[in-house]
Amino acid sequence: MTRSDQKHDGLATGASTAAVASGAAGGAAVDVPSPKVRTINRRFEFLYFAIRNNKLILGLSIVIICFLIAIIGPLLAKYSPFQYTTSYWSPPSSRHWFGTTQDGRDVYAQFAAGMRSAFLIGTIGGVIASVVAMLVGFTAGYRAGIVDEILSMVTNIFLVIPAFAVLLVIAGFLHNVSIPVEGLLVGLLSWPWAARALRAQTFSLVARDFIGMARLSAQNSWRIIFREIAPNMSSYLFMMFILLFGGAILISATIDFIGLGPQFTFTLGKMMNEAQTNSGLLLGMWWWFIPPGIAITAIVGGLYIMNVGLDEVFNPRLREM
Amino acid sequence: MLKIDRVTKVYKVGTFGGDEMTAVRDVSFDVNPGEVISLIGESGSGKTTVGRMILRLASVSGGSITYNGVDISTLKGRKLKSYYADVQGVFQDPFSSYNPIFKADRVFKMIKDAYFPGMSKAEWRSKLGASLEAVTLDPVQVLNKFPHQLSGGQLQRLLIARALLLDIRILIADEIISMLDASTRIDVLNLLGELKSRGLGIIFITHDLSLGNYISEKTVILRRGLIVEMGATEKVFGNPTHPYTKMLLASVPQLHRKWDEVAKELEVSDDLLIDPDAAKRVYESVGEILAPDALDSVLVETESDHVVRYSPEEAKEKMKSPAKEKKKSPPARKRG
Repeated sequence: MTRSDQKHDGLATGASTAAVASGAAGGAAVDVPSPKVRTINRRFEFLYFAIRNNKLILGLSIVIICFLIAIIGPLLAKYSPFQYTTSYWSPPSSRHWFGTTQDGRDVYAQFAAGMRSAFLIGTIGGVIASVVAMLVGFTAGYRAGIVDEILSMVTNIFLVIPAFAVLLVIAGFLHNVSIPVEGLLVGLLSWPWAARALRAQTFSLVARDFIGMARLSAQNSWRIIFREIAPNMSSYLFMMFILLFGGAILISATIDFIGLGPQFTFTLGKMMNEAQTNSGLLLGMWWWFIPPGIAITAIVGGLYIMNVGLDEVFNPRLREM
Repeated sequence: MLKIDRVTKVYKVGTFGGDEMTAVRDVSFDVNPGEVISLIGESGSGKTTVGRMILRLASVSGGSITYNGVDISTLKGRKLKSYYADVQGVFQDPFSSYNPIFKADRVFKMIKDAYFPGMSKAEWRSKLGASLEAVTLDPVQVLNKFPHQLSGGQLQRLLIARALLLDIRILIADEIISMLDASTRIDVLNLLGELKSRGLGIIFITHDLSLGNYISEKTVILRRGLIVEMGATEKVFGNPTHPYTKMLLASVPQLHRKWDEVAKELEVSDDLLIDPDAAKRVYESVGEILAPDALDSVLVETESDHVVRYSPEEAKEKMKSPAKEKKKSPPARKRG
């Protein structure tokens, strides 16, 4: 309710300023809001609501800031993440923005590289898991019958596999996984719950008459899935991607924290692993383990806030126009 | 043109799909150009399922539906597309017929993209305008709106306008009048009349007997998925023979006559109308005739263009009279 009230307030304010302006000019009382205020170009409609949604703006800002750090951060680093400098144990200073580790490596350089790895692994893991989940979920829900039975069986098998334990075994077995391989493994093991949810959603949507209408309009199955069914859960798909993206970052951070992650690339998890194994916590070297912790929280939290905002933008019922 | 031949629809029900529910059993009728057929029946009689099977939104479990001699269950790809250029439907629930997150006029855009990809904007706009005019809608009021901003009647008429964009031969109209108010109702009925005169075959699915009587040439009365009575509308309504049909007709309130007058005329016993229990007993006995155990009931042609379902004993008696049996249900019983 408050949400829609705010929206109306926003529109009404626009109208009343117009009314005030014309009232000042003409002197006559102009209470009827000009119809132009309500006419929004179709194409920019989503944008119109998007830029007026505070949650979306806040979440997007956090994610963009993190993303910029991941892109630009490593370019600004004065040292390589593996490079040993002469200052050990030093807290943040102008020379070492985030301080140094106990063996003299620049924390900022590690952090910037770790941010880049986090986005890379989140993207790879999230995209792979989302694609698999969508393929399996949509096909099972739309086709139903024997196709659904088989796909559901496969999904359930993957669901009962203890994914994290398997990941640990594979990561330990492969010895030194690279970031893309780690992302692939995380992605291939984290899709089942999403596929099940999509299948259930698809089931309920397929029974609706507008799917029948689309069939009567000679639309083929893929068009119906991606232009009728998928848009109806766009915010859900986005949330799913966010959770899978964030999940991939968290799972990989855990693997890295245990020390089974990539050896020759820095990740946020690996930073925390080193801080922990080298007694960073005991020695009170907060600059070592706090930045990666905050970064992981910021990325995942920012994406979540963004999703809540996007839900309001996409769903006309939530915006009540 | 469209031939529905002994069509049966069985749904699997129950936790593991072990049970079966027969929604439509052994239904046969033809649709010819310029003919309106009313499918009349109570809720759950299978009338909507028949419509969905003709539109190929539900598969056929037994029997066949042929259009111009081609079994429609074999249609695929381009042939299916050209079938939908000839056969279109309007569903009973206008609110669920629109994708809620898109604007309502997207249903028109889909038709344009699929069937008139090369048409110029101006040409399309005039075509759409004509179509909307036919259903008495003002384009300014209905275009560029979300479904939840329009009323049920407006949405329903938009769907009819959508079907009219194509040069269709058969329209499945599933309860299309029930969402409309009295003034637009007559507009849409007249529109259907005009379409009929243009040579369209219309399958008019309704539970409203007077509407069926008003518009159709042929009436099919369904109960529990079975045809109980079928024939020319004036014969079915003028000489209702099956007790179920009689009961249906007696239950329609009439402006100028009392209920007991109607009942007397239709030979429905008086206490049926006074005593609800008696009405229930008759209703249940009708149900028994049509219950799965009474599958050997048969359709008997009582006069030309008028068939009525009888239990086997009654049918035998009727058979002694000159009227001949038209069709027999399969003797083999399905489970149940």
